Amino acid sequence: MEGGSASGSASTLSNNENVLVSCEDSSSPAENELELGLTLSLGGERRVSYADDSSSSSSLSSRASVTAGIKRTADSMAATSGQVVGWPPIRSYRMNSMVNQAKTLAMEDPIKNRTDATKMRMFVKVTMDGIPIGRKVDLNAHSCYESLSNALEEMFLKPKTDGHLEAGLKILPDGSSGLVLTYEDKEGDWMLVGDVPWGMFIGSVKRLRIMKTSEATGTAQMIL
Amino acid sequence: IAGVLTWATLLKVSHGHCLLCFSCLVTLVFVSPLPQFIYIIPKPSSFRLRSLTSNHISNLSMDLRLPSKVLEHILSFVDSNEDRNSVSLVCKSWFETERRTRKRVFVRNCYAVTPEAVARRFPETRSLTLKGKPHFADYNLVPDGWGGYAWPWIEAMAAKCPSLEELRLKRMVVTDECLEKIAASFKDFKVLVLTSCEGFSTDGLAAIAVACRNLRELELRECIVEDIGGDWLSYFPETLTSLVSLDFSCLDSEVKLSDLERLLSRSPNLKSLKLNRAVSLDALGSLLRLAPQLVELGTGSFSDKLDQEAVAKLSQAFSELKELKSLSGLWDVLPEYIPLLYSVCPGLTSLNLSYATVQMSDLVELITGCSNLQKLWVMDLIEDKGLEVVASSCKELRELRVFPSGAEGLNDTNVAMTEQGLVSVSEGCPNLESVLYFCVQFTNAAMVTIARNRPNLTCFRLCVMEPFAPDHKTQQPLDEGFKAIVERCKDLQRLSVSGLLTDKAFEYIGTHGKKLRMLSIAFAGDSDLMLHHLLSGCESLNKLEIRDCPFGDTALLENAAKLETMRSLWMSSCCVSFGACKLLSPKMPKLNVEVIDEHPLETRPDSSPVERIYIYRTLAGPRLDMPEFVWTIQKNPEIGVSHLAIK
Repeated sequence: MEGGSASGSASTLSNNENVLVSCEDSSSPAENELELGLTLSLGGERRVSYADDSSSSSSLSSRASVTAGIKRTADSMAATSGQVVGWPPIRSYRMNSMVNQAKTLAMEDPIKNRTDATKMRMFVKVTMDGIPIGRKVDLNAHSCYESLSNALEEMFLKPKTDGHLEAGLKILPDGSSGLVLTYEDKEGDWMLVGDVPWGMFIGSVKRLRIMKTSEATGTAQMIL
Repeated sequence: IAGVLTWATLLKVSHGHCLLCFSCLVTLVFVSPLPQFIYIIPKPSSFRLRSLTSNHISNLSMDLRLPSKVLEHILSFVDSNEDRNSVSLVCKSWFETERRTRKRVFVRNCYAVTPEAVARRFPETRSLTLKGKPHFADYNLVPDGWGGYAWPWIEAMAAKCPSLEELRLKRMVVTDECLEKIAASFKDFKVLVLTSCEGFSTDGLAAIAVACRNLRELELRECIVEDIGGDWLSYFPETLTSLVSLDFSCLDSEVKLSDLERLLSRSPNLKSLKLNRAVSLDALGSLLRLAPQLVELGTGSFSDKLDQEAVAKLSQAFSELKELKSLSGLWDVLPEYIPLLYSVCPGLTSLNLSYATVQMSDLVELITGCSNLQKLWVMDLIEDKGLEVVASSCKELRELRVFPSGAEGLNDTNVAMTEQGLVSVSEGCPNLESVLYFCVQFTNAAMVTIARNRPNLTCFRLCVMEPFAPDHKTQQPLDEGFKAIVERCKDLQRLSVSGLLTDKAFEYIGTHGKKLRMLSIAFAGDSDLMLHHLLSGCESLNKLEIRDCPFGDTALLENAAKLETMRSLWMSSCCVSFGACKLLSPKMPKLNVEVIDEHPLETRPDSSPVERIYIYRTLAGPRLDMPEFVWTIQKNPEIGVSHLAIK
């Protein structure tokens, strides 16, 4: 990670929990390289080395050995529980407001009478293999598997320009589409969607995943 | 310099009127009522006239020495502070007359000048506007206790400018003592607007309410207030009838409805009312009936269950708001209540749905009705399809802001806002000039299209929420997209960039962004070249804020002179070394170079990076209220000399 010799001392901070990175001064000759350590406010993850696909100028070619230090893969970003400070740049007032709003929606209000029409929303995360960005679906907006399946198809299987869905792709586990809908229940087990009555499903589902049939077969076998 | 002033051309005119015209290019033209001359003088440029001395004044033609009464009269027509600043530089007597007659003072960095100096120079000022913390404080990048205290200003104004009537503060620390002092010191206080401020409680508001008998505006915009209760509202005396604007939308506690109703009943001039979330939908009905003249309305929570009669009454109340131009609030709005708003839509020029968690399908009809909308703030729940509706219905749109619905960041999004939405709006809305857009992905091609459609953009803030996200179709950096933006949008003044960007992007920005005044950068670039391009290329650059980018010392030190022409530079989590900060400070005495670092600096080697650096120009010298974690070379001289070997 450290590139070449330098006139300054090697840079480390004494309380070094964070990752250090060298930044190369690209406009000075090698002997006068500055070696700097960089402390970032990111949540303590190790840096992934800089991918060499950059189209930057040739003076930076020697940076192949130097990590920019800030780049991460999408996966490691998603896996981090701690968020980057101040990112995305939303005013903290607004963040607090949104968090409070979300809490209120999730709480049942015993004083106000809520009719069926204004049931609590129940958002669960849905991911589909091969698509990096997860979505969320409100399970209380549906009353049966058919309806849920249609909604997910709409969400994930992008309609062609003429407005029709790709023909024949259904997510219910009838095996014909190459896709299978699974869910993780409260006990942490992965189950096939559709096996139990809807009400029981709603009561135990934590999140959903659309898998390719080939992968599901193995899991299904394990479950069974 | 003498040449500039003898350029005065004398023309006789027979009109007795005082006509004032300040062109923004060159000439200053005015006609005095007596002895009826027209003077044409080139607009004094601060650079040329700064060294004007009394010797030069004696060389001036007599005609330029207007009686001060005449000049005062002329100046009463001059509102723009930019023009007033120019006037004040012509000569000493003009400086004196101008300063004694200036009514509105703007200080855009509260540490750029001392409160005493301002109060002394402008004793007759009626209105003071101040900004404190740097912009990135909004995103928690400035530690608590950094500064931005309102107290010294209020103290100074109370002592020297007792006729102050208006105070507007942004990102400052305001305490209850400050509010009490305002209430006690300014007999005719009329306007208090606090934006993104903190440090006070509802007790301070009560002090203002009770004492300011001629209060016109009390606005708390997104402040963090210690909320002790809703009593403060009841302190407005029965004799107060002058209220024009009231905004307490950021408070949590419930105010007494009867107090609010009585206040509205005796405020016939009330034009703007922004309620907090605790005001129920039911209450809203009765409030609207008391204030049908409202031009701006911020509702409270929009989610009670109302019976049919109540809904009908509320609908009626909305339809009575014939003057309504701006609508906001709408917290927790239930889809079934959105039709209540249809009657006001055609008149709306501003709609803030950024707290309304409704899905796109519920918004479509609402948006379709807003044919005169100029400003729309909305959440990404509107999705690309919803923005297509905006593009076809809101032809007068000037400003669009799309906020992310997932408060906790990327993983929380319900929807995937893409480049398509913004492209549609750029196609459909010919007057679009200001954009703030949070999304999950973007492409160069989209930005090229947007730039081609809307060369009139003045503000373009794009936030692709995943750092380093490339063009999602080509996997290339977004350099070419931003190039198109800065190349085509010749009047672009504010730009925020995001996504994967190399030094090339900043080369383009430096080359083309000649009118750019404010630039925000995060997670971008490859090297010092990036900063160098910006500091050497962007001629109008006023505020630059950067976080998590890999550059620092060389570019900073090479372009140090540029920093004096800017209001401020913020860099956090970059590669600026401690040694460079030490080198920079003595080089530039007119700058405050603040190192904001929560780890002790005494044992820090010169080559180690600092957490944050905030550099701003100032006439006041180093400030006296720095906390422990702010280091300047003046405050901590013992850590003085840099041992860094830099070319």
